[in-house]
Amino acid sequence: MIELENVGYSYGGGELLSDVSVTLPPGSFHFLTGPSGSGKTTLLKLCYGALVPTAGRLCAFGKDMRTLDRDQMALLRRRIGVVHQDCQFLDHLKLAENIALPLVVSGRDTATEAGNLDELMQWVGLAARTDALPPELSGGERQRAALARAVIMSPDVVLADEPTGNVDWEMSQRLMQLLVELNRMGKTVLIATHDLGLIRATKSQVQTRVLRISNRRLQHAGADL
Amino acid sequence: MNIGALLLRDKQADRVVPPTGYTAHLTLFVSGAMAFLAVFAMALSLASGRLADRWAEELARSATLRITAPADQRAAQTEAALAILKQTPGVARARALSDEEQAALLAPWFGQDLPLDALPVPRLIEVVAAEPGYDAAGLRLRLAAEVPGAVLDDHTRWRAPLVDAANSLRRLALISILLIAGAMAAMITLAANAALAANAQVIGVLRLVGARDRYIAGAFVRRFTLRALIGAAVGMVLGMVGVMLLPEASDEGGFLTGLGFRGLAWGLPLLIPLLGAIVAFAATWAAARRRLGELS
Ligand SMILES: Nc1ncnc2c1ncn2[C@@H]1O[C@H](COP(=O)(O)OP(=O)(O)OP(=O)(O)O)[C@@H](O)[C@H]1O
Ligand SMILES: [Mg+2]
Repeated sequence: MIELENVGYSYGGGELLSDVSVTLPPGSFHFLTGPSGSGKTTLLKLCYGALVPTAGRLCAFGKDMRTLDRDQMALLRRRIGVVHQDCQFLDHLKLAENIALPLVVSGRDTATEAGNLDELMQWVGLAARTDALPPELSGGERQRAALARAVIMSPDVVLADEPTGNVDWEMSQRLMQLLVELNRMGKTVLIATHDLGLIRATKSQVQTRVLRISNRRLQHAGADL
Repeated sequence: MNIGALLLRDKQADRVVPPTGYTAHLTLFVSGAMAFLAVFAMALSLASGRLADRWAEELARSATLRITAPADQRAAQTEAALAILKQTPGVARARALSDEEQAALLAPWFGQDLPLDALPVPRLIEVVAAEPGYDAAGLRLRLAAEVPGAVLDDHTRWRAPLVDAANSLRRLALISILLIAGAMAAMITLAANAALAANAQVIGVLRLVGARDRYIAGAFVRRFTLRALIGAAVGMVLGMVGVMLLPEASDEGGFLTGLGFRGLAWGLPLLIPLLGAIVAFAATWAAARRRLGELS
Protein backbone atom coordinates (compact mmCIF):
# COMPACT_ATOMS: atom_id res chain seq x y z
CA MET A 1 0.00 0.00 0.00
CA ILE A 2 2.59 2.49 1.15
CA GLU A 3 6.30 1.90 0.71
CA LEU A 4 9.14 4.10 1.88
CA GLU A 5 12.61 3.44 0.49
CA ASN A 6 15.51 5.22 2.17
CA VAL A 7 13.31 8.25 2.70
CA GLY A 8 14.89 11.29 4.28
CA TYR A 9 13.30 14.56 5.25
CA SER A 10 14.61 17.90 6.39
CA TYR A 11 12.66 21.12 7.06
CA GLY A 12 15.68 23.08 5.94
CA GLY A 13 18.11 22.58 8.81
CA GLY A 14 19.65 19.20 9.50
CA GLU A 15 17.89 16.01 8.47
CA LEU A 16 14.99 15.18 10.77
CA LEU A 17 14.47 11.72 9.33
CA SER A 18 17.01 9.75 7.38
CA ASP A 19 17.14 6.44 5.65
CA VAL A 20 13.62 5.43 6.59
CA SER A 21 12.55 2.22 4.88
CA VAL A 22 9.27 0.58 5.70
CA THR A 23 6.42 -1.11 3.88
CA LEU A 24 2.81 -0.97 5.04
CA PRO A 25 1.23 -4.00 3.40
CA PRO A 26 -2.53 -4.08 2.78
CA GLY A 27 -4.45 -4.98 5.93
CA SER A 28 -1.55 -4.34 8.28
CA PHE A 29 -1.85 -2.50 11.61
CA HIS A 30 1.13 -0.37 12.66
CA PHE A 31 1.87 1.88 15.59
CA LEU A 32 4.38 4.69 15.21
CA THR A 33 5.95 5.89 18.40
CA GLY A 34 8.84 8.05 19.53
CA PRO A 35 9.58 11.05 21.70
CA SER A 36 7.84 14.35 21.11
CA GLY A 37 9.50 16.21 18.25
CA SER A 38 11.06 13.06 16.82
CA GLY A 39 9.13 13.41 13.56
CA LYS A 40 6.01 11.23 13.84
CA THR A 41 3.72 13.86 12.37
CA THR A 42 6.32 14.57 9.70
CA LEU A 43 6.43 10.91 8.70
CA LEU A 44 2.64 10.76 8.43
CA LYS A 45 2.61 13.93 6.32
CA LEU A 46 5.07 12.29 3.97
CA CYS A 47 2.70 9.33 3.70
CA TYR A 48 -0.28 11.44 2.59
CA GLY A 49 1.71 13.74 0.35
CA ALA A 50 1.52 16.94 2.39
CA LEU A 51 5.33 16.88 2.39
CA VAL A 52 7.66 15.61 -0.29
CA PRO A 53 10.68 13.53 0.82
CA THR A 54 13.99 15.31 0.45
CA ALA A 55 15.67 11.97 -0.18
CA GLY A 56 14.60 8.50 -1.19
CA ARG A 57 11.41 7.22 -2.75
CA LEU A 58 7.86 6.96 -1.47
CA CYS A 59 5.22 4.90 -3.27
CA ALA A 60 1.52 4.84 -2.49
CA PHE A 61 -0.75 2.30 -4.19
CA GLY A 62 2.18 1.36 -6.39
CA LYS A 63 2.79 4.86 -7.71
CA ASP A 64 5.74 7.09 -6.93
CA MET A 65 4.28 10.12 -5.12
CA ARG A 66 6.67 12.41 -6.92
CA THR A 67 5.12 11.59 -10.28
CA LEU A 68 1.55 12.47 -9.24
CA ASP A 69 0.04 15.70 -10.47
CA ARG A 70 -2.25 17.80 -8.26
CA ASP A 71 -5.48 16.10 -9.34
CA GLN A 72 -3.99 12.64 -8.86
CA MET A 73 -2.85 13.75 -5.41
CA ALA A 74 -6.43 14.82 -4.60
CA LEU A 75 -7.71 11.41 -5.72
CA LEU A 76 -5.03 9.70 -3.63
CA ARG A 77 -6.20 11.57 -0.55
CA ARG A 78 -9.68 10.17 -1.00
CA ARG A 79 -8.19 6.72 -0.54
CA ILE A 80 -6.21 7.70 2.55
CA GLY A 81 -8.19 8.80 5.59
CA VAL A 82 -6.18 11.07 7.88
CA VAL A 83 -6.81 12.07 11.49
CA HIS A 84 -4.69 15.17 11.97
CA GLN A 85 -3.03 15.97 15.24
CA ASP A 86 -4.49 19.47 15.11
CA CYS A 87 -7.94 18.47 13.92
CA GLN A 88 -8.77 20.95 11.16
CA PHE A 89 -12.39 21.67 10.42
CA LEU A 90 -14.36 24.27 8.54
CA ASP A 91 -15.58 26.38 11.41
CA HIS A 92 -18.63 27.76 9.63
CA LEU A 93 -20.09 24.32 8.85
CA LYS A 94 -22.00 22.12 11.26
CA LEU A 95 -20.29 19.04 12.61
CA ALA A 96 -22.29 16.66 10.43
CA GLU A 97 -21.38 18.67 7.34
CA ASN A 98 -17.73 18.65 8.35
CA ILE A 99 -17.71 14.91 8.72
CA ALA A 100 -19.43 14.53 5.34
CA LEU A 101 -16.99 16.97 3.69
CA PRO A 102 -14.88 14.30 1.94
CA LEU A 103 -18.07 12.96 0.35
CA VAL A 104 -19.12 16.44 -0.77
CA VAL A 105 -15.79 17.41 -2.34
CA SER A 106 -15.54 14.12 -4.20
CA GLY A 107 -18.99 14.65 -5.68
CA ARG A 108 -20.66 11.74 -3.86
CA ASP A 109 -24.33 12.03 -3.07
CA THR A 110 -24.58 12.78 0.65
CA ALA A 111 -28.28 11.88 0.74
CA THR A 112 -27.61 8.23 -0.09
CA GLU A 113 -24.84 8.13 2.50
CA ALA A 114 -26.98 9.73 5.23
CA GLY A 115 -27.56 6.39 6.97
CA ASN A 116 -23.84 5.75 6.96
CA LEU A 117 -23.17 9.15 8.46
CA ASP A 118 -25.69 8.66 11.27
CA GLU A 119 -24.21 5.31 12.15
CA LEU A 120 -20.72 6.75 12.20
CA MET A 121 -21.78 9.69 14.40
CA GLN A 122 -23.30 7.14 16.76
CA TRP A 123 -20.08 5.15 16.76
CA VAL A 124 -17.94 8.08 17.83
CA GLY A 125 -20.57 9.22 20.36
CA LEU A 126 -21.41 12.49 18.63
CA ALA A 127 -24.98 11.79 17.55
CA ALA A 128 -26.25 14.50 19.89
CA ARG A 129 -23.82 17.11 18.54
CA THR A 130 -24.55 16.94 14.79
CA ASP A 131 -25.62 20.58 14.60
CA ALA A 132 -22.80 22.00 16.71
CA LEU A 133 -20.10 24.15 15.10
CA PRO A 134 -16.53 22.83 15.50
CA PRO A 135 -15.38 25.67 17.79
CA GLU A 136 -18.13 24.65 20.23
CA LEU A 137 -16.67 21.15 20.65
CA SER A 138 -14.35 19.86 23.34
CA GLY A 139 -10.87 18.60 22.40
CA GLY A 140 -11.97 15.00 22.69
CA GLU A 141 -15.10 15.60 20.65
CA ARG A 142 -13.01 17.19 17.93
CA GLN A 143 -10.73 14.17 17.84
CA ARG A 144 -13.64 11.79 17.54
CA ALA A 145 -15.09 13.95 14.78
CA ALA A 146 -11.72 13.93 12.99
CA LEU A 147 -11.68 10.15 13.12
CA ALA A 148 -15.22 10.00 11.76
CA ARG A 149 -14.27 12.32 8.88
CA ALA A 150 -11.17 10.23 8.15
CA VAL A 151 -13.14 7.01 7.69
CA ILE A 152 -16.35 8.27 6.06
CA MET A 153 -15.03 7.59 2.56
CA SER A 154 -14.18 4.04 3.60
CA PRO A 155 -10.54 4.63 2.62
CA ASP A 156 -8.02 1.85 1.97
CA VAL A 157 -5.55 3.37 4.41
CA VAL A 158 -6.19 5.18 7.69
CA LEU A 159 -3.41 7.36 9.12
CA ALA A 160 -4.11 8.67 12.61
CA ASP A 161 -1.92 11.18 14.43
CA GLU A 162 -2.48 10.92 18.21
CA PRO A 163 -6.17 10.08 17.76
CA THR A 164 -6.59 9.48 21.48
CA GLY A 165 -4.56 12.39 22.79
CA ASN A 166 -7.46 14.22 24.43
CA VAL A 167 -9.91 11.51 25.37
CA ASP A 168 -10.32 9.42 28.49
CA TRP A 169 -9.27 5.80 28.64
CA GLU A 170 -12.71 4.44 27.97
CA MET A 171 -13.24 6.62 24.91
CA SER A 172 -9.76 5.89 23.62
CA GLN A 173 -10.56 2.19 23.89
CA ARG A 174 -13.71 2.79 21.87
CA LEU A 175 -11.84 4.70 19.18
CA MET A 176 -9.23 1.94 18.99
CA GLN A 177 -12.09 -0.53 18.72
CA LEU A 178 -13.30 1.35 15.65
CA LEU A 179 -9.84 1.31 14.09
CA VAL A 180 -9.42 -2.40 14.86
CA GLU A 181 -12.81 -3.02 13.28
CA LEU A 182 -11.73 -1.16 10.15
CA ASN A 183 -8.50 -3.15 10.08
CA ARG A 184 -10.47 -6.40 10.24
CA MET A 185 -12.38 -5.17 7.20
CA GLY A 186 -9.03 -5.10 5.38
CA LYS A 187 -7.97 -1.47 5.80
CA THR A 188 -4.35 -0.60 6.41
CA VAL A 189 -3.93 1.35 9.65
CA LEU A 190 -1.02 3.44 10.94
CA ILE A 191 -1.36 5.21 14.30
CA ALA A 192 1.13 7.64 15.76
CA THR A 193 0.97 7.73 19.56
CA HIS A 194 3.05 8.10 22.71
CA ASP A 195 0.59 6.04 24.66
CA LEU A 196 2.30 2.72 25.31
CA GLY A 197 -0.64 1.53 27.39
CA LEU A 198 -2.87 1.94 24.39
CA ILE A 199 -0.45 -0.02 22.24
CA ARG A 200 -0.38 -2.87 24.77
CA ALA A 201 -4.14 -2.93 25.06
CA THR A 202 -4.55 -3.06 21.31
CA LYS A 203 -1.96 -5.78 20.83
CA SER A 204 -4.24 -8.25 22.54
CA GLN A 205 -6.95 -7.67 19.92
CA VAL A 206 -5.09 -7.52 16.65
CA GLN A 207 -1.70 -8.33 15.28
CA THR A 208 0.20 -5.09 15.30
CA ARG A 209 3.71 -3.96 14.57
CA VAL A 210 5.40 -1.11 16.34
CA LEU A 211 7.72 1.35 14.61
CA ARG A 212 9.81 3.64 16.74
CA ILE A 213 11.65 6.78 15.68
CA SER A 214 14.86 7.37 17.51
CA ASN A 215 17.97 9.21 16.43
CA ARG A 216 16.36 10.15 13.10
CA ARG A 217 15.97 6.48 12.18
CA LEU A 218 12.98 4.23 12.13
CA GLN A 219 13.36 1.07 14.20
CA HIS A 220 11.11 -1.93 13.95
CA ALA A 221 10.49 -2.47 17.63
CA GLY A 222 8.72 -5.76 17.07
CA ALA A 223 7.04 -7.37 20.03
CA ASP A 224 9.12 -5.85 22.81
CA LEU A 225 8.24 -2.36 23.93
CA MET B 1 -11.88 22.59 -18.91
CA ASN B 2 -15.63 22.82 -19.19
CA ILE B 3 -16.53 26.40 -18.27
CA GLY B 4 -20.26 25.77 -18.30
CA ALA B 5 -20.04 22.98 -15.74
CA LEU B 6 -17.70 25.06 -13.63
CA LEU B 7 -20.10 27.98 -13.52
CA LEU B 8 -23.11 25.82 -12.81
CA ARG B 9 -24.42 26.60 -9.39
CA ASP B 10 -23.26 24.05 -6.85
CA LYS B 11 -25.01 24.76 -3.58
CA GLN B 12 -22.82 22.46 -1.52
CA ALA B 13 -19.57 23.74 -2.97
CA ASP B 14 -20.72 27.32 -2.42
CA ARG B 15 -21.44 26.60 1.23
CA VAL B 16 -18.03 25.07 1.74
CA VAL B 17 -16.36 28.47 1.35
CA PRO B 18 -17.70 30.92 3.95
CA PRO B 19 -19.42 34.08 2.71
CA THR B 20 -16.87 36.80 1.97
CA GLY B 21 -18.69 39.82 3.39
CA TYR B 22 -17.33 43.10 2.24
CA THR B 23 -15.19 41.94 -0.69
CA ALA B 24 -18.53 40.90 -2.19
CA HIS B 25 -19.90 44.44 -1.92
CA LEU B 26 -16.66 45.94 -3.23
CA THR B 27 -16.72 43.66 -6.25
CA LEU B 28 -20.32 44.58 -6.98
CA PHE B 29 -19.56 48.28 -6.65
CA VAL B 30 -16.42 48.18 -8.80
CA SER B 31 -18.15 46.19 -11.54
CA GLY B 32 -21.09 48.58 -11.48
CA ALA B 33 -18.92 51.70 -11.63
CA MET B 34 -16.79 50.27 -14.43
CA ALA B 35 -19.83 49.25 -16.47
CA PHE B 36 -21.29 52.74 -16.01
CA LEU B 37 -18.08 54.32 -17.32
CA ALA B 38 -17.88 51.79 -20.12
CA VAL B 39 -21.34 52.80 -21.36
CA PHE B 40 -20.18 56.41 -21.73
CA ALA B 41 -16.89 55.45 -23.35
CA MET B 42 -18.86 53.31 -25.77
CA ALA B 43 -21.31 56.14 -26.53
CA LEU B 44 -18.40 58.52 -27.07
CA SER B 45 -16.60 56.15 -29.37
CA LEU B 46 -19.74 55.52 -31.44
CA ALA B 47 -20.63 59.23 -31.65
CA SER B 48 -17.15 60.37 -32.58
CA GLY B 49 -16.95 57.53 -35.07
CA ARG B 50 -20.21 58.61 -36.69
CA LEU B 51 -19.02 62.21 -36.78
CA ALA B 52 -15.65 61.34 -38.28
CA ASP B 53 -17.30 59.24 -40.96
CA ARG B 54 -19.88 61.90 -41.84
CA TRP B 55 -17.38 64.74 -41.95
CA ALA B 56 -14.90 62.72 -43.95
CA GLU B 57 -17.61 61.84 -46.43
CA GLU B 58 -18.89 65.43 -46.80
CA LEU B 59 -15.36 66.61 -47.07
CA ALA B 60 -14.61 64.26 -49.89
CA ARG B 61 -17.81 64.91 -51.70
CA SER B 62 -18.78 68.57 -51.85
CA ALA B 63 -16.80 71.62 -52.85
CA THR B 64 -17.54 75.10 -54.15
CA LEU B 65 -16.06 76.84 -57.16
CA ARG B 66 -16.15 80.62 -56.88
CA ILE B 67 -15.97 82.73 -60.05
CA THR B 68 -14.83 86.24 -59.34
CA ALA B 69 -14.75 88.21 -62.57
CA PRO B 70 -15.95 91.50 -64.01
CA ALA B 71 -19.68 91.41 -64.70
CA ASP B 72 -19.30 91.10 -68.47
CA GLN B 73 -16.98 88.07 -68.28
CA ARG B 74 -18.71 86.27 -65.45
CA ALA B 75 -21.18 84.29 -67.57
CA ALA B 76 -18.47 83.23 -70.03
CA GLN B 77 -16.07 82.15 -67.31
CA THR B 78 -18.85 80.24 -65.56
CA GLU B 79 -19.58 78.40 -68.80
CA ALA B 80 -15.90 77.61 -69.28
CA ALA B 81 -15.54 76.37 -65.69
CA LEU B 82 -18.61 74.14 -66.02
CA ALA B 83 -17.19 72.72 -69.24
CA ILE B 84 -13.90 71.89 -67.52
CA LEU B 85 -15.72 70.31 -64.57
CA LYS B 86 -17.78 68.17 -66.91
CA GLN B 87 -14.57 66.75 -68.41
CA THR B 88 -12.85 66.20 -65.08
CA PRO B 89 -12.90 62.57 -64.03
CA GLY B 90 -14.27 62.06 -60.49
CA VAL B 91 -16.76 64.92 -60.64
CA ALA B 92 -20.29 63.55 -60.39
CA ARG B 93 -22.20 66.79 -60.79
CA ALA B 94 -21.46 70.48 -61.18
CA ARG B 95 -24.14 73.13 -61.11
CA ALA B 96 -24.04 76.92 -61.05
CA LEU B 97 -26.26 78.35 -58.33
CA SER B 98 -29.06 80.60 -59.54
CA ASP B 99 -29.34 84.24 -58.47
CA GLU B 100 -32.19 83.36 -56.13
CA GLU B 101 -30.14 80.64 -54.40
CA GLN B 102 -27.20 82.97 -53.97
CA ALA B 103 -29.49 85.69 -52.59
CA ALA B 104 -30.86 83.13 -50.11
CA LEU B 105 -27.33 82.25 -49.02
CA LEU B 106 -26.43 85.89 -48.47
CA ALA B 107 -29.73 86.94 -46.88
CA PRO B 108 -28.69 86.08 -43.33
CA TRP B 109 -25.87 88.57 -43.60
CA PHE B 110 -27.24 91.33 -45.84
CA GLY B 111 -31.02 91.12 -45.52
CA GLN B 112 -33.74 89.97 -47.90
CA ASP B 113 -33.78 92.77 -50.48
CA LEU B 114 -30.21 92.69 -51.60
CA PRO B 115 -29.71 94.18 -55.08
CA LEU B 116 -27.57 91.29 -56.28
CA ASP B 117 -27.14 92.72 -59.81
CA ALA B 118 -25.66 95.92 -58.47
CA LEU B 119 -22.92 94.18 -56.49
CA PRO B 120 -19.89 92.29 -57.73
CA VAL B 121 -21.02 89.07 -56.10
CA PRO B 122 -19.08 86.07 -57.36
CA ARG B 123 -20.93 83.22 -59.04
CA LEU B 124 -20.90 79.94 -57.07
CA ILE B 125 -20.69 76.49 -58.63
CA GLU B 126 -21.50 73.50 -56.48
CA VAL B 127 -19.20 70.56 -57.22
CA VAL B 128 -20.20 67.08 -56.06
CA ALA B 129 -17.46 64.48 -56.24
CA ALA B 130 -17.97 60.93 -57.38
CA GLU B 131 -16.48 57.84 -55.77
CA PRO B 132 -13.44 57.95 -55.96
CA GLY B 133 -13.08 61.70 -55.98
CA TYR B 134 -11.28 64.04 -58.36
CA ASP B 135 -7.73 65.32 -58.17
CA ALA B 136 -8.18 68.77 -56.57
CA ALA B 137 -4.63 69.95 -57.25
CA GLY B 138 -4.89 69.01 -60.95
CA LEU B 139 -8.23 70.72 -61.26
CA ARG B 140 -6.85 73.90 -59.68
CA LEU B 141 -3.96 74.00 -62.14
CA ARG B 142 -6.25 73.62 -65.10
CA LEU B 143 -8.69 76.26 -63.82
CA ALA B 144 -5.85 78.69 -63.18
CA ALA B 145 -4.80 78.34 -66.80
CA GLU B 146 -8.21 78.59 -68.42
CA VAL B 147 -10.55 80.40 -66.00
CA PRO B 148 -8.46 83.03 -64.21
CA GLY B 149 -11.32 84.16 -61.96
CA ALA B 150 -12.07 80.68 -60.51
CA VAL B 151 -11.20 79.66 -56.99
CA LEU B 152 -11.83 76.09 -55.87
CA ASP B 153 -12.80 75.82 -52.23
CA ASP B 154 -12.97 72.14 -51.28
CA HIS B 155 -13.47 72.69 -47.50
CA THR B 156 -10.55 70.34 -46.87
CA ARG B 157 -8.38 73.00 -45.34
CA TRP B 158 -10.58 73.59 -42.30
CA ARG B 159 -12.40 70.29 -41.96
CA ALA B 160 -9.46 67.91 -42.19
CA PRO B 161 -8.21 68.67 -38.64
CA LEU B 162 -11.76 68.15 -37.35
CA VAL B 163 -11.90 64.71 -38.90
CA ASP B 164 -8.55 63.95 -37.29
CA ALA B 165 -9.89 65.19 -33.96
CA ALA B 166 -13.00 63.04 -34.22
CA ASN B 167 -10.86 60.03 -35.10
CA SER B 168 -8.55 60.62 -32.15
CA LEU B 169 -11.56 60.96 -29.91
CA ARG B 170 -12.80 57.60 -31.10
CA ARG B 171 -9.37 56.06 -30.50
CA LEU B 172 -9.27 57.52 -26.97
CA ALA B 173 -12.72 56.17 -26.22
CA LEU B 174 -11.69 52.69 -27.36
CA ILE B 175 -8.52 52.87 -25.27
CA SER B 176 -10.69 53.93 -22.33
CA ILE B 177 -12.83 50.82 -22.75
CA LEU B 178 -9.69 48.65 -22.71
CA LEU B 179 -8.38 50.48 -19.64
CA ILE B 180 -11.71 50.04 -17.89
CA ALA B 181 -11.56 46.29 -18.57
CA GLY B 182 -7.97 46.19 -17.35
CA ALA B 183 -8.73 48.14 -14.18
CA MET B 184 -11.67 45.86 -13.48
CA ALA B 185 -9.46 42.79 -13.96
CA ALA B 186 -6.87 44.27 -11.59
CA MET B 187 -9.42 45.10 -8.91
CA ILE B 188 -11.13 41.73 -9.11
CA THR B 189 -7.73 40.04 -8.91
CA LEU B 190 -7.04 41.98 -5.71
CA ALA B 191 -10.46 41.13 -4.28
CA ALA B 192 -10.10 37.47 -5.24
CA ASN B 193 -6.63 37.33 -3.69
CA ALA B 194 -7.99 38.87 -0.50
CA ALA B 195 -10.80 36.32 -0.40
CA LEU B 196 -8.37 33.47 -1.10
CA ALA B 197 -5.97 34.66 1.60
CA ALA B 198 -8.79 35.06 4.11
CA ASN B 199 -9.83 31.50 3.36
CA ALA B 200 -6.37 29.93 3.32
CA GLN B 201 -7.29 27.59 6.17
CA VAL B 202 -10.49 26.50 4.45
CA ILE B 203 -8.58 25.82 1.25
CA GLY B 204 -5.97 23.82 3.17
CA VAL B 205 -8.65 21.63 4.77
CA LEU B 206 -10.37 21.09 1.44
CA ARG B 207 -7.09 19.97 -0.15
CA LEU B 208 -6.48 17.58 2.74
CA VAL B 209 -9.85 15.87 2.41
CA GLY B 210 -9.25 15.31 -1.30
CA ALA B 211 -10.84 18.29 -3.08
CA ARG B 212 -9.43 18.96 -6.52
CA ASP B 213 -8.14 22.43 -7.45
CA ARG B 214 -10.99 22.77 -9.90
CA TYR B 215 -13.54 22.28 -7.15
CA ILE B 216 -11.93 24.82 -4.82
CA ALA B 217 -11.23 27.39 -7.54
CA GLY B 218 -14.76 26.90 -8.87
CA ALA B 219 -16.32 27.99 -5.60
CA PHE B 220 -14.46 31.31 -5.80
CA VAL B 221 -14.75 31.78 -9.56
CA ARG B 222 -18.51 31.27 -9.46
CA ARG B 223 -18.93 33.93 -6.81
CA PHE B 224 -16.82 36.59 -8.42
CA THR B 225 -18.20 35.97 -11.90
CA LEU B 226 -21.76 36.23 -10.64
CA ARG B 227 -21.03 39.41 -8.69
CA ALA B 228 -19.29 41.03 -11.65
CA LEU B 229 -22.22 40.08 -13.88
CA ILE B 230 -24.82 41.54 -11.52
CA GLY B 231 -22.77 44.66 -10.69
CA ALA B 232 -22.00 45.34 -14.34
CA ALA B 233 -25.64 44.82 -15.35
CA VAL B 234 -26.81 47.40 -12.81
CA GLY B 235 -24.05 49.85 -13.83
CA MET B 236 -24.87 49.32 -17.50
CA VAL B 237 -28.57 50.05 -16.95
CA LEU B 238 -27.76 53.23 -15.00
CA GLY B 239 -25.32 54.31 -17.72
CA MET B 240 -27.94 53.70 -20.42
CA VAL B 241 -30.48 55.76 -18.48
CA GLY B 242 -27.87 58.52 -18.29
CA VAL B 243 -27.31 58.40 -22.04
CA MET B 244 -31.05 58.35 -22.68
CA LEU B 245 -31.50 61.49 -20.60
CA LEU B 246 -29.08 63.40 -22.85
CA PRO B 247 -30.87 65.92 -25.11
CA GLU B 248 -32.02 64.78 -28.56
CA ALA B 249 -29.47 65.01 -31.34
CA SER B 250 -29.92 68.27 -33.27
CA ASP B 251 -28.03 70.03 -36.03
CA GLU B 252 -27.37 73.12 -33.93
CA GLY B 253 -25.93 71.08 -31.06
CA GLY B 254 -23.64 69.31 -33.49
CA PHE B 255 -21.31 66.97 -31.73
CA LEU B 256 -22.42 67.32 -28.13
CA THR B 257 -26.02 66.33 -28.64
CA GLY B 258 -25.12 63.45 -30.91
CA LEU B 259 -23.67 61.55 -27.95
CA GLY B 260 -26.29 58.80 -27.81
CA PHE B 261 -26.74 55.37 -29.29
CA ARG B 262 -28.59 55.01 -32.58
CA GLY B 263 -30.76 52.11 -33.64
CA LEU B 264 -29.13 48.72 -33.22
CA ALA B 265 -26.21 50.28 -31.32
CA TRP B 266 -28.54 50.36 -28.30
CA GLY B 267 -27.87 46.64 -28.07
CA LEU B 268 -24.12 47.13 -27.82
CA PRO B 269 -23.97 48.06 -24.09
CA LEU B 270 -25.68 44.73 -23.35
CA LEU B 271 -22.27 43.19 -24.07
CA ILE B 272 -20.72 45.08 -21.14
CA PRO B 273 -22.00 42.80 -18.32
CA LEU B 274 -20.99 39.79 -20.41
CA LEU B 275 -17.49 41.16 -20.91
CA GLY B 276 -17.33 42.08 -17.21
CA ALA B 277 -18.25 38.51 -16.26
CA ILE B 278 -15.59 37.12 -18.63
CA VAL B 279 -12.97 39.46 -17.17
CA ALA B 280 -13.95 38.45 -13.60
CA PHE B 281 -13.92 34.77 -14.51
CA ALA B 282 -10.43 34.96 -16.00
CA ALA B 283 -9.03 37.12 -13.19
CA THR B 284 -10.41 34.92 -10.39
CA TRP B 285 -9.41 31.71 -12.13
CA ALA B 286 -5.84 32.93 -12.58
CA ALA B 287 -5.64 34.16 -8.97
CA ALA B 288 -7.03 30.88 -7.60
CA ARG B 289 -4.68 28.73 -9.66
CA ARG B 290 -1.73 30.80 -8.52
CA ARG B 291 -2.72 30.49 -4.85
CA LEU B 292 -3.47 26.80 -5.05
CA GLY B 293 -0.16 26.17 -6.76
CA GLU B 294 1.55 27.30 -3.56
CA LEU B 295 -0.25 24.58 -1.54
CA SER B 296 0.60 20.88 -1.50
N1 LIG C 1 6.88 23.31 9.24
C1 LIG C 1 7.99 23.09 9.97
N2 LIG C 1 9.08 23.83 9.74
C2 LIG C 1 10.22 23.62 10.44
N3 LIG C 1 10.33 22.69 11.40
C3 LIG C 1 9.26 21.91 11.68
C4 LIG C 1 8.04 22.09 10.97
N4 LIG C 1 7.15 21.19 11.45
C5 LIG C 1 7.80 20.51 12.42
N5 LIG C 1 9.06 20.94 12.55
C6 LIG C 1 10.06 20.40 13.49
O1 LIG C 1 10.29 19.06 13.16
C7 LIG C 1 10.40 18.28 14.32
C8 LIG C 1 9.43 17.09 14.27
O2 LIG C 1 8.11 17.57 14.29
P1 LIG C 1 6.89 16.58 14.31
O3 LIG C 1 5.66 17.41 14.36
O4 LIG C 1 7.02 15.63 13.19
O5 LIG C 1 7.11 15.82 15.70
P2 LIG C 1 6.20 14.73 16.41
O6 LIG C 1 7.02 13.53 16.54
O7 LIG C 1 4.92 14.63 15.71
O8 LIG C 1 5.99 15.40 17.82
P3 LIG C 1 4.72 15.30 18.80
O9 LIG C 1 4.79 13.97 19.44
O10 LIG C 1 4.98 16.39 19.79
O11 LIG C 1 3.54 15.52 17.98
C9 LIG C 1 10.15 19.21 15.50
O12 LIG C 1 11.40 19.53 16.06
C10 LIG C 1 9.52 20.42 14.90
O13 LIG C 1 9.94 21.57 15.57
MG1 LIG D 1 3.03 15.10 16.13
